[in-house]
Amino acid sequence: MKQSTMDHAARANDFNRDEERVNWHDETLWWIRQKRDLSVNRLPEWEELREAASQIKHNALSNLHGYLQAFEANAIANGVKVHWAANADEHNRIVHNILKSHGINRMVKSKSMLTEECHLNDYLAENGIEVIDSDLGERIVQLANEPPSHIVLPCIHKKKGEIGDLFHRHLGSAEGETDPQVLTETARQHLREVFLTRKAALTGVNFAVAETGEFVVCTNEGNADMGAHLADVHIAAMGIEKIIPLRKHLSIFLRLLTRSATGQPITTYSSHFKTPAAGKEMHVILVDNGRSTQLGREDFRNSLKCIRCGACMNTCPVYRRSGGHSYHSAIAGPIGSILAPNLDMKQHADLPFASTLCGSCSNVCPVKIDIHDQLYKWRQVIVKEGYAPEAKKLMMKGMALTLSSPAFYRFAGKAGRTVMRLAPFAAGNKLNPWYNQRDMPEAPAQSFAEWYKKNRL
Amino acid sequence: MRIGLFIPCYVDQFYPKAAIATLQLLEKLGLDVDFPLRQTCCGQPMANSGFEHLTGGCNELFVDNFAAFDYIVCPSGSCTLHIKQHLHSHKNEAAATAIRGKVYELVEFLTDIIKVKHLEASFPHKVGLHQSCHGQRGLHLSQMTELVAAPYSKPMQLLNMVKGINMVPLKRADECCGFGGTFCVTEEAVSVKMGKDRVEDHVVAGAEYITAADLSCLMHMEGILRRQNSPVKVIHIAQILNAAL
Repeated sequence: MKQSTMDHAARANDFNRDEERVNWHDETLWWIRQKRDLSVNRLPEWEELREAASQIKHNALSNLHGYLQAFEANAIANGVKVHWAANADEHNRIVHNILKSHGINRMVKSKSMLTEECHLNDYLAENGIEVIDSDLGERIVQLANEPPSHIVLPCIHKKKGEIGDLFHRHLGSAEGETDPQVLTETARQHLREVFLTRKAALTGVNFAVAETGEFVVCTNEGNADMGAHLADVHIAAMGIEKIIPLRKHLSIFLRLLTRSATGQPITTYSSHFKTPAAGKEMHVILVDNGRSTQLGREDFRNSLKCIRCGACMNTCPVYRRSGGHSYHSAIAGPIGSILAPNLDMKQHADLPFASTLCGSCSNVCPVKIDIHDQLYKWRQVIVKEGYAPEAKKLMMKGMALTLSSPAFYRFAGKAGRTVMRLAPFAAGNKLNPWYNQRDMPEAPAQSFAEWYKKNRL
Repeated sequence: MRIGLFIPCYVDQFYPKAAIATLQLLEKLGLDVDFPLRQTCCGQPMANSGFEHLTGGCNELFVDNFAAFDYIVCPSGSCTLHIKQHLHSHKNEAAATAIRGKVYELVEFLTDIIKVKHLEASFPHKVGLHQSCHGQRGLHLSQMTELVAAPYSKPMQLLNMVKGINMVPLKRADECCGFGGTFCVTEEAVSVKMGKDRVEDHVVAGAEYITAADLSCLMHMEGILRRQNSPVKVIHIAQILNAAL
């Protein structure tokens, strides 16, 4: 899904024109954060699980080449066809070629943020191939011709009335129908036909086990299984960072993933795929698309530990009040803001600034990525690479100059306060984005330093 | 024990009462406090905006002003955290390193270093405690709701020593107020909405005052409260701890 060039602040401003909707979005995601809290507090060992997962991922990233080669060898031995894609374009062409070689022009696809990152649906559509997303939320945003706004809850920005309208228009449900059960049943009947007729199914990969060459796909709807088991060709697309060394490590990651995501103890379906069924094909595409570059950025490499649970989005007070689309990137929220600049720094230069650096994201992260510290570090990189607005550069230089000189600082402080007291309109006007919706602090006649000189020296 | 009082620039200029309360509180506890007059700012406004490379001047000034003290105490968790994490010096890195280890936010200085057991303070009002993010998640002034860990709160430990105070419970114990430095103007819409929501939580809980260990959050919430013509006021925690009948 192509997006326009508005930055996060402008999009967030649009989102905030409907305050009731912002309240609803915030409360909905906060409810999920609370479900997460309840669920993790049932495990006294929660913090140890996070630490263990973080360390396993550290090992995996530090020895990625070896684990990837082991995975490849084991997968091939299991009868799986393994492909390597250096970038999004290569990934898309590999998928296309597999489909072409079987003469397939319709495919069913379960949730894969990687294919969103690679814009696979657009690519295949341009090449005459129809893709239907089978995750309910993804199907809804696909019908709305929108990208997902959240990696786990793709249509969390849509109210049930809007979904009813979409289903009425596209799937023939009754006009005005908003009962979630009726709407879900409509989607089930629609998707059942899709599952039964598509010869190829693409799924994502949550975990790929180097030791065994198997991969695990987690869904709540069973849609990955329905697609993969009924199709002749199963294509699984994964970023190279999805590797874990050993099968037993799943006992940690599967416990962390869904508790963090929705507060469930585990996904309804955690399906292991290892060997193609007789007469069928199974393909795995290992995709780099910037991950090696990120691995080489010492300050940012552990962003690759991410297991895509979405907890950082649910807890983020900015995400909850700006909506996923405001991040204009396949992956929204705090984690998206530290991944996206690696892919295209200029286009995503605004994202690391779309945060108050409150740090809640780092605390909920099940693999302990230091998200808010990385946001700070990306800001430094982005400014050094020259992507800061000119006005901001000037303001910062002026501020640094003032604050480096005690005399100038005292003078500017006194002058500023005097102006504010004698001519409040100088700061209290609509050109000042603080004053639009907030009053200015009252300017006292005396600074603390002035008081101190009179009273203590 | 010689204590250097570090008053953040915006507190010096806009909230001298909080700075005076901090000084008086430390003096009441019999401490030897000095306020170096050539201090300005910790450099955080530039650094958080991506311009850490422009903070050299602030850093050198800070080291010059504070290297000689045994402790540096500051009534702001955010500015304290910035110094702890980012203070460096071309001229005297050893002094900068020492400062990073001996700079304390006021509350943690009182609970952890002075180990204050009682205070002669009285504040017979309903008060909501705002957990400022940098003090909480950066300096660990209080336990964080995201973690599975035993609860504690250094600000509450002190506020509980104040006579007559009535702390009100909040729906969201540690959500950010949306100030965020330059974020408050570059992301005006979200910043204001976060501020309105935070203020609302305190108002619904019946607070007459909102207090915090950081005035930047309080300044933000005050801006919103005053625009709403709300009778609810903001007050720095030092002013409550220093309040006498």
